[in-house]
Amino acid sequence: MQNIPLSFVFFMLIGVSLFFYFYSKNNILKKAAFVGQRSKALPSHYGQQSFLWAFIPSAIILLFLTIGGPNYIDQLFYNKIQELNPKLNQSFVSLILAKVINVSNGKIATDDEKILSLASDYKAALDQLYFYRGLVVILCAALVGMFVSSLQSPRANARENVEKFIINIFFVSAVIAIFTTGAIILSLLFEALRFFSLYNFFDFLFGLHWAPNVAIRSDQVAAAGSFGMIPVLVGTLLISFIAMCVAIPIGLFSAIYLAEFASPRTRDFVKPTLEILAGIPTVVYGYFAALTAAPFFREIGFSLGLDVSSESALAAGAVMGIMIIPFISSLSDDVIRAVPQSLRDGSMGLGATKAETIYNVVLPAAIPGLVGAVLLAVSRAIGETMIVVMAAGLSASLTVNPLDSVTTVTVQIVSLLTGDTEFDDIKTLSAFGLGLALFFFTLLLNIFALSISRRLAERYD
Amino acid sequence: MIRKSIQSRRARETRLKIYGITSICFALIMLATLLISIGLNGYSALQQAYFKVDISVNMDKLVDDSGTINKNKMNLFNWDGLVKSALREFFPEVKERDEKKELFAIISANAGYDLKEIVKKKALGSGSHTMSVWLHLSDDADQYLKGRLSIDIPEEDRRINNKQIAWVNSLVERDIAKLKFNKTFFTSADSREPESAGILGSVVGSALTLFVTVMFALPLAVMASIYLEYFAKPGRITDFIEVNINNLAAVPSIVFGLLGLSVFLSTFGLPRSAPLVGGLVLGLMTLPTIIIASRASIRSIPPSIREAALGLGASKMQAAMHHVLPLAAPGILTGTIIGMAQALGETAPLLMIGMVAFIIDIPTTFTSSATAMPVQIYMWSDSAERAFYERSSLAILFLVAFLISMNLLAVVLRKKFEKKW
Repeated sequence: MQNIPLSFVFFMLIGVSLFFYFYSKNNILKKAAFVGQRSKALPSHYGQQSFLWAFIPSAIILLFLTIGGPNYIDQLFYNKIQELNPKLNQSFVSLILAKVINVSNGKIATDDEKILSLASDYKAALDQLYFYRGLVVILCAALVGMFVSSLQSPRANARENVEKFIINIFFVSAVIAIFTTGAIILSLLFEALRFFSLYNFFDFLFGLHWAPNVAIRSDQVAAAGSFGMIPVLVGTLLISFIAMCVAIPIGLFSAIYLAEFASPRTRDFVKPTLEILAGIPTVVYGYFAALTAAPFFREIGFSLGLDVSSESALAAGAVMGIMIIPFISSLSDDVIRAVPQSLRDGSMGLGATKAETIYNVVLPAAIPGLVGAVLLAVSRAIGETMIVVMAAGLSASLTVNPLDSVTTVTVQIVSLLTGDTEFDDIKTLSAFGLGLALFFFTLLLNIFALSISRRLAERYD
Repeated sequence: MIRKSIQSRRARETRLKIYGITSICFALIMLATLLISIGLNGYSALQQAYFKVDISVNMDKLVDDSGTINKNKMNLFNWDGLVKSALREFFPEVKERDEKKELFAIISANAGYDLKEIVKKKALGSGSHTMSVWLHLSDDADQYLKGRLSIDIPEEDRRINNKQIAWVNSLVERDIAKLKFNKTFFTSADSREPESAGILGSVVGSALTLFVTVMFALPLAVMASIYLEYFAKPGRITDFIEVNINNLAAVPSIVFGLLGLSVFLSTFGLPRSAPLVGGLVLGLMTLPTIIIASRASIRSIPPSIREAALGLGASKMQAAMHHVLPLAAPGILTGTIIGMAQALGETAPLLMIGMVAFIIDIPTTFTSSATAMPVQIYMWSDSAERAFYERSSLAILFLVAFLISMNLLAVVLRKKFEKKW
């Protein structure tokens, strides 16, 4: 059977829907003339109505068949292979299935008769699926379009119908944000629960040893991995703390200067320049930390007689701090400027100097917002990935010495999930456990920070 | 006494000012250090060491009876041997096996392959042809010629030994080898050999990914912001949506990667390493940014415009789509550009969905394996070869230049379309 490609189906679908748009638009005028009455909505509204009805349901069917269809066929062939060789274990069946798929689309060659015949069956099944996909989608669009456009009457208000439909689509796109949060929580929770069925939850949360070295093959003799997240967490907090030590004073003082002292011209130059610092990709900071900052700190340590690791927490943390400076400075700048001028005028009127006004009036008034900004920055430092992947270490040692090499949650997630690991491996699943912890930790910080800032905004509105 | 206290109060003010100026200077100096150090590392990758060989090819051995080039014969032909024998002609004194091996190490391991591609492109007629071609020297010879390999360290710790240095120098003296503009860097994809590696593959991968991101995030963001601004009834659901959007904007990007891995790859079964999946993940990630910018832009349109439309009999939808949206479009566009700049520089979520693979082909479709520019930078700076460092620096310079120009474009657009109502 002929394979109808996706792009062709999609453009046909648009074509058919457009056809019904123009057809309805013209037809409603004829109908109106026949009834001897003006239509209740503009002709284009009737066209839009037909277009939406022809397009949306068919597009949903198309999406469903394109994603679900091949998965269904894979499942069918998986079962077929298992029936042919009932003794094979699951991962081997998946391996054969992958081979069959690769042979069927010509990526690899084989002369195994069984696989060849399975591959040609697979190709036939896929072609059949794609043929029917094209047929069903286009027929559905044509039938629904015909049905809707023939039912349209100039007495019915197509505009209301169309607008209700569109508002519903708008609503769905607004709800995507909720869906995304839900999907994040569910997927992390689902995989993490599988991890906790293999590994004790409390051992994960309070364990002091992190060494995810599991046997690569099931028959290999190796120490069972241990997944205690405390050392990883301590490393994360250490690096974030160093970053904050750099970013908070510099960011805050820059913001105070920019908001209270700087002339408009200086402001116009400095603010965009700091924003460039914020726009530099994190991978660039990672490169800088690994290849410039880390050797630099090592040299300094060496000349002072200190032993600095080449993946020291100090280098990663300091560079991360530089990355976060513009984040803190622009947020605090906004907060400080939001403090009403009347407070400053009152203080100055009583004879306080500008510095005294800032220390005693402006900053106390801005404190909730500043705390919010700092908390958002902390959450960002904890979730930052590329700098630590490139400049921090892999081995989890429980230390708070900034000259040592430590690891972080994000580094572990990346190292556990890149590379060819099986999806139901305990190592892979442990990454989702870490991901869940990371998500909840940052979520709490964010909610707290946002609620604090909102309270400030309400106070001075 | 009062004068003294005033003095100390003034001094406090001066100190505060100095702290501020120092902080700003520190931040600006760091920015300059960052860019300059990367620039110094990377500029030399604009050049690459080439050597010139005269080679004669007998096309009769490579074509079918009909005279078209036969792929199989092309692949089987000993191109490496051709290049190597040409190289040996420059150094007739090299006879021993080990010495020959050392000599061949100064030219690129891909030299034969490159020669084949050159011959293929030239589409020569039948018969024997003599031509002189420029081929890559090896990355070590290249680094030596650029002065990036220090020759002060003992010979056995070096990647290039004294004999090889002498050969390279003699090639340079005879004007056979020299540094030329590194065209390969802009026209090819990744490679195991630094001298044949380029950024085109990752640039195309990034472009495909960003296209998916825009197509996915922009319509959704516009629809969501119109809904939230004009149609949402104030209440729990609307509040909940807003809280969600604000929180999503602050979720670490790697979490979106985990979401993509477990939903798009393992549940929906979409292909690994594909720009389609990368684009969707980055789209979800930038969605809150664009929604927040679009809402701000829509809110800045004075209500009188919408009310005038409503007063003339437009429906709420018509007022929003025909009157408010066109006026808000520049602001939405600015927000989108900033969101796209953020997506273009993002690496971590792409690592999660497998866009970190070593891919030699330039991707052509949304489902073919691809990598993105920041990921390419990450992979190169992880490599052992010194020559990859300068390539990754140069790639960074391009990426940063592109991002800065995107941000500047956003600023210019905002300035141009900014209206005081």
